[in-house]
Amino acid sequence: MPDKIRVCTTINGEQVEFLCEPHQSLLECLRDVLGLTGTKEGCNDGNCGACSVLLDGRLANSCLVLGVEIEGRQVTTVEGLASWRGLHPLQQAFVAVDALQCGYCTPGMLIAARALLDREPDPSEERIRTWLAGNLCRCTGYDKIIRAVRAAAATLAKQAQEVQR
Amino acid sequence: MTNEQYSIVGTCPPRVDAVDKVTGRAVYGPDVSLPGLLHGQVLRSPHAHARIRAIDTSRAQALPGVRAVVTAGDLPGAEERAAGSGEGDPQARTMRDYTLASDKVLFVGHLIAAVAASSPHVAEQALALIAVDYEVLPAVMDVLEAMQDAAPLLHETMKTWSLAGESQAPSNVASHVRYVKGDVVQGFAEADVIVEREFRSVTVHQGYLEPHASTALWGLDGRLTVYTTTQGAFGVRDHLATLLHLPLSTIRVVPTEVGGAFGGKNASHLDAIAALLSRKAGRPVKIVMTRAEVFLGTEPTPGTVIRVKMGATRAGRLTAAQAELYYEAGAYPGSMMDAAANAIFGAYDVPHGQVDGYDVVVNRPKTGAYRAPGVTPACFACEQVVDELAERLGFDPLEFRLLNCAREGTRQVGGAVHTSIGAAEVLEATRAHEHYRAPLEGAQRGRGVAFGYWGNWGAQSSSTISVNADGTVTLVVGSVDITGTRTSLAMQVAETLGLTVEQVKPRMGDTDSVGFTETSAGSRTTVATGIAVVKAAQDVLAQMCARAASMWRVPVDTVSYCEGVFSTSQDPGQRLPFAELAAQLPYTGGAVTGVGNVDVQEWGVSFGAHIVDVEVDPETGRVTILRYTAVQDVGRAIHPVQVEGQMQGGTVQGIGWALYEGYAYDGEGHMLNPTLLDYKLPTALDVPPIETVIVEVPYPKHPYGARGVGEMPIVPPPAALANAIYRATGARVCQLPMTPARILQSMGVI
Amino acid sequence: MKPFTYQAPASIGEAVALLADPTRHACPFAGGTDLLVQLRRGLAEADLLVDVKRIPELNRVSFDPATGLTVGAAVSCAILCEHPDVQRVYPGLVDAASLIGGAAIQARATLGGNLCNGAPSGDSIPAMIVLGATCTVAGPPGTRTVSVESFCTAPGQTVLRNGEMLVSIHFPVPPPRSGACYVRFIPRREMDIAVVGAGAWVQLSDDHTRITNARIALAAVAPTPLLAEAAGAALAGQLPTEESFAQAARLAQEAACPISDVRGTQAFRRHLVGVLVRRALRGAVGRAQGGTSNA
Repeated sequence: MPDKIRVCTTINGEQVEFLCEPHQSLLECLRDVLGLTGTKEGCNDGNCGACSVLLDGRLANSCLVLGVEIEGRQVTTVEGLASWRGLHPLQQAFVAVDALQCGYCTPGMLIAARALLDREPDPSEERIRTWLAGNLCRCTGYDKIIRAVRAAAATLAKQAQEVQR
Repeated sequence: MTNEQYSIVGTCPPRVDAVDKVTGRAVYGPDVSLPGLLHGQVLRSPHAHARIRAIDTSRAQALPGVRAVVTAGDLPGAEERAAGSGEGDPQARTMRDYTLASDKVLFVGHLIAAVAASSPHVAEQALALIAVDYEVLPAVMDVLEAMQDAAPLLHETMKTWSLAGESQAPSNVASHVRYVKGDVVQGFAEADVIVEREFRSVTVHQGYLEPHASTALWGLDGRLTVYTTTQGAFGVRDHLATLLHLPLSTIRVVPTEVGGAFGGKNASHLDAIAALLSRKAGRPVKIVMTRAEVFLGTEPTPGTVIRVKMGATRAGRLTAAQAELYYEAGAYPGSMMDAAANAIFGAYDVPHGQVDGYDVVVNRPKTGAYRAPGVTPACFACEQVVDELAERLGFDPLEFRLLNCAREGTRQVGGAVHTSIGAAEVLEATRAHEHYRAPLEGAQRGRGVAFGYWGNWGAQSSSTISVNADGTVTLVVGSVDITGTRTSLAMQVAETLGLTVEQVKPRMGDTDSVGFTETSAGSRTTVATGIAVVKAAQDVLAQMCARAASMWRVPVDTVSYCEGVFSTSQDPGQRLPFAELAAQLPYTGGAVTGVGNVDVQEWGVSFGAHIVDVEVDPETGRVTILRYTAVQDVGRAIHPVQVEGQMQGGTVQGIGWALYEGYAYDGEGHMLNPTLLDYKLPTALDVPPIETVIVEVPYPKHPYGARGVGEMPIVPPPAALANAIYRATGARVCQLPMTPARILQSMGVI
Repeated sequence: MKPFTYQAPASIGEAVALLADPTRHACPFAGGTDLLVQLRRGLAEADLLVDVKRIPELNRVSFDPATGLTVGAAVSCAILCEHPDVQRVYPGLVDAASLIGGAAIQARATLGGNLCNGAPSGDSIPAMIVLGATCTVAGPPGTRTVSVESFCTAPGQTVLRNGEMLVSIHFPVPPPRSGACYVRFIPRREMDIAVVGAGAWVQLSDDHTRITNARIALAAVAPTPLLAEAAGAALAGQLPTEESFAQAARLAQEAACPISDVRGTQAFRRHLVGVLVRRALRGAVGRAQGGTSNA
């Protein structure tokens, strides 16, 4: 077995250090090494989005990133969405609109939606569906998820206006 | 839809589990971890049909990091077979062989051995060191081929079971059922128009995103604890007790949150293996399936061949309906052919009918339940023939269905008599809907409808409600929550007790918490466990009335509970709101725990109809769904938004089944697409918004009129889409999935 | 999966030395969206992954109106497609590069990786072929240039020799009155591998009435992405009409040699070649007529 490599990185705003083998994916490192099990494995080959994280602010499938690659970088997982103030507007919207059933795709959906709203604050329904095409859901039929993202976009826009005042 | 008579039923509180799930705190099967955990992986057959001559695990056992290796020889009872003590119990032998193959493998993916090691990577390396000597046998993959005399036999001693008795010779046909009503020969003779067609479908998978996962700890005291993703913890416990020869009380099964199930997590695939590995290693062992293993080693749906012939008069009345259903059971008997045989014409009033169903084994994974098991391909067949009949007779599609739909008292071809159903109400609501009347213009565009139903199972459920001193209550149920039932059950308790939803805390129990509860399947939970929790709530009220009676020194039959207050007719001055009486419980005899254990005998039924508009690209065959409306009789929507979610989710699964999904095989029985790249689940961009219409024809056997709703929505979509594609292109597609290539073929373009 | 070690060199020289080491099998690693999947499935093996994402030349996108566009092999599709010059001058390339996977895959997948994976269905490759792109390859003996259309030699195989790696892909300045377009057919709307893909590039005459030059390339209908030479040549001098598009499409269908596999049958693929070539040509002509400036 190859020697383990020490990785120093920032996860959800906190400095983190861990040891991993070179072949371990970021997903494995998050779940098995760091105990952050919010990010899920659905396929391990980039086709379902359940493992979605933000890597330096960009949406990525953590199953296709190696743990050793995140040295010195920033990772955001579902555990980093809420703050001491409470749930992120996306999380609030998912709860309010009932945009989840089993909840297994939900962490990935939230991260993917966050990546979208960070770049495009007012996406159309078509744009949301295109962006979320890489996040499979088998329970909801997507309808309420799209509605929740629209609702969160509206909330974030209102919050941004209030900050400006 | 009204909820004026109820305070809680019919409202839409947030899901109890929502915050845990949006913050990533909910613990699913693969998330479980225990100190000292070992990682298990399983070895699967690469052959569809083969004899196992020998298995050599010595090199795997010697690999550093490997702590245990198991094969069929580790299962109790194996020694009886080895000793040649006759057949033994065939069912037990089948269960053992399905768990871990002994002398034969019957499908690619059949489990042969398992290892537990210090890391998943070491376990993977160990599997590669297990040497299996196979004698490859000819495989049979197609249901009709498997029925031929010359077909290779999967089970050399299996004979066909039917009402006429057992067949003489062994066969791959496990069973043949026949349902007869009246005389179809006479019925067809009376018809002015007859339509006859053959339909085919291939295996599809339930497609849950969370793979199967099991973590087992076999303690040195002989007690076994298993954390597993399952629809039914008690079913797993029964399975383990039987397979491992253990008393039920030594086994505790803890159901984790389930990341989707849809019928595919009734069966226990990994639990016994994790348990055996844990016993050998002396440490907890966790096994999680990969996506490929989920496709190969769980229980998808049968591929089917269905022939349907129906006749009707010029006046639009059905006179006869006949069907032959050939269902692939997979490697072991038990496809859902019988459910389909009963349901295929069950939406209609058919004077003369005959249905023949065949359950046939083939060298594919054993099939299992998927949301209204077996019924979707049957509806695809029947509803296209009905559509064609209506067209040829010049009737509006919904009008024709209304003329012939089942009503209360209709006797189905399968023999059961419909009781209170909302079939006509659903059709009327569909016909009245703005979608049905909206203009649809443009070439290559068409609108289709389809109509169907599915039942909700009764069976056993157990629940308890304990009253807390502050007037809140804790509800424990044996039902796993796979859809949102912990919230809807809490709502039913809140309604019965006159509390708010926040005052009822629901908990999914494990097998030590509460009595035997049947699996969460068959759309039973809101109904049957609902009946149980309402019974438990009524027991709480009865006990609290007795406490009030003793406090007030009045006969208990003078005490009643109304609008949140206990009072007695004997003394108008004595009134206690629920919370205040709860506070007195410690001083009046101690805790109050209500019990609700039921075994619900009746089956309810939920009817639905779907309308879909499509556009078909005439050059590529691509189908774009322009608009989709799903109508369903839900009895009473306990939580309307959750009900909508069930309708939308089931519909989109049906769309996947109709247009995108299917197992593909090569000539040797290997699945070609065991990945989420090539097994194509619909994405958010492939489906439109799904409009839902809730119809309420209350179900008399449920305290609040609820019907089980979860499964029904998957039944009509392939049929509705086929009917729409027909109207858009002039071509009927009789094979699922209706891929672009198939549509172009049906159109004669390629 | 065989466990591998990992290195992240900071220069081409270091990377080449690692790749050329005869004692171990090393693979360049950029986005990993194909490589990691293949390693896990046992379709590929490596002792060492050489992460090329720290090498400056592989991570640059540079456009010069005089010389054209150079895309480092490790530039992600997302970054490439967001580049304003790329959007303005090479929309046909954006068509293809933006189709690979969904949003998450886009952040990691690269043109270089798509090309080096050598799949017949690689979406970016027909677009690169019709745009006349060339590759800069670095290896132990030095640097060489290879045209994209000759880069892939068989399914999963490329011209890269031991120790060689792709450094960058160069696109010439589009000639005046030219346009390119890539379209593909997939069963769903995203996330799929192409059943058939077609890229087209045309250049129009001075008065915009005739096609002077055309190139047509196809994905997923031959052992490698295919430049359909006769189909493109047949358009020279033709009016850009449905008739001439149909004629080119027929020639493209003749050039294609599709197989039947789980993603599509031969008959369906051949039919789609005709449909998609016509659509790609319409798109390319539309862009050429749109007169987008290339500087």
